[in-house]
Amino acid sequence: MELLDVSLVNWSRAQFTLTAMYHWIFVPLTLGLGIIQAIMETIYYRTGDEKWKHVTKFWMTLFGVNFAIGVATGIILEFQFGTNWSNYSWFVGDIFGAPLAIEGILAFFMEATFISIMFFGWNKVSKKFHLVSTWLTILGATLSAFWILVANAWMQHPVGMEFNPDTVRNEMVSFWEILSPFALNKFLHTVWSSWIVASLFVLGVSAWFLIKKRDIDFAKKSIKVAAIFGLTASILTALSGDGSAYNVAQHQPMKLAAMEGLYDGQNGAELVAFGVLSSDKKAYNDSVDPFAFKIAFPKALSLLAYRDINAFVPGVNDIIKGGYESKTGDKLSFTEKQARGKVALQALNDYKKALAEKDTVSAASHKATLMANYNYFGYGYLETPEETIPNVPSIFYSFHLMVILGMFFIALFSVFTFMSFKKNIILEKQNLFLWIALLSIPLGYVASQLGWIVAELGRQPWTIQDVLPLKASVSGLSVMSVKITLFLFLTLFTALLVAEVRILVKQIGKGPHEESK
Amino acid sequence: MFTYSFLQHYWWFIISLLGGILTFLLFVQGGQSMLFSLTKNEDERRILINVLGRKWEYTFTTLVTFGGAFFASFPLFYSTSFGGAYWVWMAILFCFIIQAVSYEFHSKPGNTYGKTTYQVFLFINGLLGTILIGAAVATFFTGSDFIVNKGNLTNQLAPVISQWGNEWHGLEALLNVRNWLLGLAVFFLSRTSAALYFVNRISNENLEKQSRKAVLVNALPFLVFFLSFVIWTLLAEGFAVNPETGVVFMEKYKYFFNLIEMPAVLVLFLLGVVAVLWGIGGTVFNKNFKKGIWFTGVGTIVTVCSLLLLAGYNNTSYYPATPDLQSSLTIFNSSSSEFTLTAMTIVSVLIPFVLAYIFHAWRSMEKNRTDIADINGDDHAY
Ligand code: HDD
Ligand code: HEM
Ligand code: HEM
Repeated sequence: MELLDVSLVNWSRAQFTLTAMYHWIFVPLTLGLGIIQAIMETIYYRTGDEKWKHVTKFWMTLFGVNFAIGVATGIILEFQFGTNWSNYSWFVGDIFGAPLAIEGILAFFMEATFISIMFFGWNKVSKKFHLVSTWLTILGATLSAFWILVANAWMQHPVGMEFNPDTVRNEMVSFWEILSPFALNKFLHTVWSSWIVASLFVLGVSAWFLIKKRDIDFAKKSIKVAAIFGLTASILTALSGDGSAYNVAQHQPMKLAAMEGLYDGQNGAELVAFGVLSSDKKAYNDSVDPFAFKIAFPKALSLLAYRDINAFVPGVNDIIKGGYESKTGDKLSFTEKQARGKVALQALNDYKKALAEKDTVSAASHKATLMANYNYFGYGYLETPEETIPNVPSIFYSFHLMVILGMFFIALFSVFTFMSFKKNIILEKQNLFLWIALLSIPLGYVASQLGWIVAELGRQPWTIQDVLPLKASVSGLSVMSVKITLFLFLTLFTALLVAEVRILVKQIGKGPHEESK
Repeated sequence: MFTYSFLQHYWWFIISLLGGILTFLLFVQGGQSMLFSLTKNEDERRILINVLGRKWEYTFTTLVTFGGAFFASFPLFYSTSFGGAYWVWMAILFCFIIQAVSYEFHSKPGNTYGKTTYQVFLFINGLLGTILIGAAVATFFTGSDFIVNKGNLTNQLAPVISQWGNEWHGLEALLNVRNWLLGLAVFFLSRTSAALYFVNRISNENLEKQSRKAVLVNALPFLVFFLSFVIWTLLAEGFAVNPETGVVFMEKYKYFFNLIEMPAVLVLFLLGVVAVLWGIGGTVFNKNFKKGIWFTGVGTIVTVCSLLLLAGYNNTSYYPATPDLQSSLTIFNSSSSEFTLTAMTIVSVLIPFVLAYIFHAWRSMEKNRTDIADINGDDHAY
């Protein structure tokens, strides 16, 4: 049989990363702007003020352009599990496929149906039905986010399943367990953070109108909505972000260690607020201090991760060496887990052989061995302890920058909320703040992408935490095939992104007035 | 609650039904392939794009849901076919990626590549999207070059369960004439339905005249390709499964026997074909008949659904492996577990509700036929 090219995994990763990150450029704006425009239309419906209708329609046009490209980049993600991660698709398709199917049936159709009323129905249906359609469009988009994040959360924290050696896959045994608190928190953090991205977008674009001294009334109306909504979203994001970190600590200790650059565990561990990693650290166990510089809060990490200021937080070394009591109650070292994983793999092999030879007695005993060691199945594919350590600097810096940006957004939105309600402050004269708002638009996108880098890169080397590593997930393709499609996606998506940005800029330049003619 | 076998049959039915609905909705693609041939000027093209543009999302969403439902109910197909016939599926996906932005971007200032580029994108989607989907589905009857070995998972150097047999990764399907027949049948069917849809939706004398002509011009090749495919398939060897042992073997006239042994499917198939012809004939022969799309549309759904039932029911392999018959996929050996299928079945209870709101929304938007004045008066028009 043909051996897999080692670089196949990396090229497949690159392709998934590229397409996912491209998709994620458009999704947050869709999720947030959808709500903002629905709020605006609600104000129009309540007050009957035609000006609010123009405001709504202006943002809706931008929504439409962004939505289209979100759809274009989304379809490829859906099918990529089959095309590039076919082994994965069989191994967990029984569980993972279900949320994707439900997403299609319950969420995408809702979006597709009501979006056409939202865009084309202004003169065809009643005001009330139109408003309901606008809300249902964003409800559909948010439901779709829910289901896909349930699927994603399950990869980080696989629950509600059982391995079936006859079919050689994991099978669902509880649907409710899959809708875990982990999944719920992931959904909330992702959606709330997306609201930030859109609020920054609306705030920044409106600030630009004020800087240009045009469409003042329109811009102020928009800022009012964006500032309050953004402030709410950024506070909720920080709260749910804390929930995310807590969940990571419970289920993915290695990811937490990477986020904090923690190599040697401590009781009452400190939380790094700001730090620079040392380039002298070459190996996880070389006892070089990982930090060149840091500012830290004592005991805060233990508090946040385990809700107890003296709790033990394991570092990279502890997780590899084992010997400490983890939350799941196991004390095994990497070497022990690896050995158990190999036993499980071998037992599966022997089980199959015994079945083929109709030797039911030894089949049963191999099956028992397999099940006893199944929790470490994935470790059987690994060779060195280093493989279990994700890229610490990328995760550390991504995480810290995301959090710093999160704090900055709270401040920014607070200032604008305050200014837009204070009668004696003339917003269009606050040039400094307006410029800051305009320049903050890209920061929302940056924070959001960084979040995914923490979540996904921190999961390495697993596609399914502890169960299936990347190298056992891929399709048997030639590296060349994957390289070609990767290159095609890169070209096509970049070309479309350029067009999208230019259209948005043109539409914004035209402003809300031309729009309403 | 239900037996495992019932659930497997139920989900194959849902997949077949989705396949039928998707084929019907491909009229959007068919219409796109006529953007240039049916119209004389930019105004007319704009009408076509706008009447199609209010429906394209349904086709797209149905395709996505078809994929998701297949993944959830028959994951081994999802992993084997998508990972194996890689290039065919990738080509199909590219066709749909370029479609998704085209409507929204095509008439907007700043779209960078110009109106025509987006119209060409729509055209490519209409031409290749339909032919490739048809050809891919034809492999359900003609077989593909793959091997499945679940034991491979324990092979640490190459733990790949489904392996494709050649480096063409699916493109080799285009060497098979029978696959082309179905591909072209789908292509011409989608154009026929598009023309029927235009007759129904557009209020513009010239376009209506052209569309009526297009119905005939496209229906004839459709019938030729479709009937050739069906007759060939009914007379060909099929991939039969021994229900006791699960062993797959070749059986002469398998699909013909399936039709005879499942009279309900036979009736569906015949009714479907009659409805398709009724819609076409009515439009061609009666100048005042505008409802052809409804007959042909429902007929398409029913016919395609019954064809897919032939491929999966009655101890047949729906995704046959030619190099190693025993790797062939059946609704039994490729499905999700009983638990997952049950959970999904409960969810599927909501489908009629989804259909109802789609119907309601569709109705509330389509009280009048569309003309150019309509489009000029709509500030979101494409
Ligand atoms: C938190 C939200 C979120 C996340 C994590 C993802 N998506 Fe997405 N997706 C959306 C939120 C969304 C959306 C907001 O609902 C979109 C964006 C634009 C749109 O049309 O809907 C969408 C569109 C969209 C479409 C087009 C749907 C249509 O026909 O309308 C597909 C097929 C996918 N996505 C699939 C995926 C897959 C397979 C993902 C995982 C890797 C994924 N999305 C991540
Ligand atoms: C929902 C199911 C998902 C699956 C099965 C999945 C699977 C994968 C896989 C296989 C990779 C490549 C391996 C790797 O390098 O990590 C990856 C990477 C990545 N995914 Fe996900 N992913 C999912 C959801 C998402 C979503 C919704 C996003 C956000 C858009 C996302 C963002 C990323 C990012 C940023 C990476 C890059 C990590 C890296 O550099 O390797 N993922 N994911
Ligand atoms: C304010 C403090 C914040 C904290 C404490 C925080 C915490 C976290 C943590 C721990 C994760 C990883 C979750 C996992 O691996 O499962 C994460 C992921 C993520 N973050 Fe944040 N975050 C904050 C702010 C933000 C901001 C401002 C944004 C964007 C505007 C953002 C967007 C994301 C996204 C998109 C993800 C990936 C999805 C997920 O895993 O939930 N976060 N965040």
